[in-house]
Amino acid sequence: MQSTESLFENVRKDFPILERTVRDNKPLVYLDNASTTQKPNQVIDSITDYYQNHNANIHRAVYALAEEATEAYEATRDKIADFINIKNRQEIIFVRGTTEAINLVAYAWGRPHIKEGDIIVTTEYEHHSNIVPWQLLTQEKGAKLEYIGMDDNGELILDDLDKYLATGKVKLVTFSLMSNVLGTITDAEKIIEKCKAAGVLTLIDGAQAVPHMKVDLEKLGCDFFAFSGHKMLGPTGIGILWVRKSILETMSPFHGGGDMIREVHKYETTWNDLPYKFEAGTPNIADVVGFGAAIDYLTKIGMDNVREHEVELTKYAIEKLSAVKGLHIYGTKDISKRGGVISFNFADVHPHDVAQIIDEEGIAVRSGHHCAQVLMEKLSVAATSRASFYIYNTKQDIDILVNSLNVVAKVFKL
Amino acid sequence: MSSNADIYHEMIVDYSRNPINYGKIENHDVTFHDSNPLCGDSIDIDMKIDDSKVTDIKFHGKGCAICMACSSVLTEITKGKSIDEARSIEKHDVLSELGLEHLQAVRIKCALLSLKVLKSALYTYIGENLEDTQDVDKLKEEAANLY
Repeated sequence: MQSTESLFENVRKDFPILERTVRDNKPLVYLDNASTTQKPNQVIDSITDYYQNHNANIHRAVYALAEEATEAYEATRDKIADFINIKNRQEIIFVRGTTEAINLVAYAWGRPHIKEGDIIVTTEYEHHSNIVPWQLLTQEKGAKLEYIGMDDNGELILDDLDKYLATGKVKLVTFSLMSNVLGTITDAEKIIEKCKAAGVLTLIDGAQAVPHMKVDLEKLGCDFFAFSGHKMLGPTGIGILWVRKSILETMSPFHGGGDMIREVHKYETTWNDLPYKFEAGTPNIADVVGFGAAIDYLTKIGMDNVREHEVELTKYAIEKLSAVKGLHIYGTKDISKRGGVISFNFADVHPHDVAQIIDEEGIAVRSGHHCAQVLMEKLSVAATSRASFYIYNTKQDIDILVNSLNVVAKVFKL
Repeated sequence: MSSNADIYHEMIVDYSRNPINYGKIENHDVTFHDSNPLCGDSIDIDMKIDDSKVTDIKFHGKGCAICMACSSVLTEITKGKSIDEARSIEKHDVLSELGLEHLQAVRIKCALLSLKVLKSALYTYIGENLEDTQDVDKLKEEAANLY
């Protein structure tokens, strides 16, 4: 059997972009995986193959190509079902990404179900995509948006949830399974248990978690779940919304148009079966096929191996970065409670300046508010630098990052 | 070959550590705030205006070294100028002062955020002190098309 280490050494060969150099002939050190990941040849080739050999619109024509395209598209739905353990494939809706998935819920579930005085609960460490759609909805309905607070360790204060649930007005609790800034892994089981006891629905933003660890929806027991393809080796512009069927059946359509209908008459329309009722128009077929190839790739490696690899890298990075004088890491240092996302600030140097200087060393890290301004306010910072890892990253990447910080220290006379 | 990191020369680093005209003016005649939605940098400019002249100007906020240095230089250039002179300050005036003429596109917004705030503040002041509403609309449009 292949050792985990050699397994991940071989992984790099599948990613052509990792062979290129940037700036002054420096090898690319890509550490912005929480934002988007690079694509292996297997994914790139599957999209090319789709356009070269199978391209046709789906669910309509009877000719050979249309049948092949439909089969390839629907095959990804089955792969997704297996990957996150969903029994009923009708509950899986293809969307553009996590943002669209959450907006779909806010619109198609939220508008018919949320009334004046109702409460929707989110958390202080959400991405803007799990805040703004709920602001729009609650403002429109005269409902309220409340936040589960975060402690100094970057973990949620679940007593806040108890307080809101006790009002009897909460209709939905929505939270990310892993923070895109701090890497904190949310205690989803506990939140869901509390919500179930109170008869409250739960939505999980899985964008940061699904790419990096085994996620089992059957076991989790939430009601809505969203994630994106491009953060897990897949193409951009494709994501998943899963909704429990009993709830999906109570939702209004999101977009009206082709493919989502059963019969259209001049003044009324009946809807197509699930999940097609929520997939209006010609979908992003090629990228759904590419997403399928990404799922195959990750399944072959094994999600437990992915997690193990990242735990190893995160442990190493926290150890090395902690030793840099003046560097502050946000969030918990307990590796079992965090993913491979490390946000930091370096003395009084603004993260943009850090990112620009280390970019000259070939390092790609994100600097800014990471679409989490509520969290930035909580941390009392305008921005952070963020390094985030994936299957092709190595300890050497982290060494290069740590060494590049010496250049920053020199420029800013730290 | 000059690298992008060369922009971090002595002057930029010094200004970012010890910004000039940093702070607030309590009895300002006009104040304006704006931020960069991409990075969260945020700048406020307060001005005291007497006889159509900018007699005092201060800025405060959060930003990177480039943003802080450019805000310092801009406020230095603006102080003492008439409103009309201040209105005609261009991006080149700020960038050339700091040797940032070739700043890459992604950082140009850091450098020019304070200029945008200054112009908006001036237009706000002019708008509030003008009676002809047509002129106000024209000024607003001009401000919106700055970048």
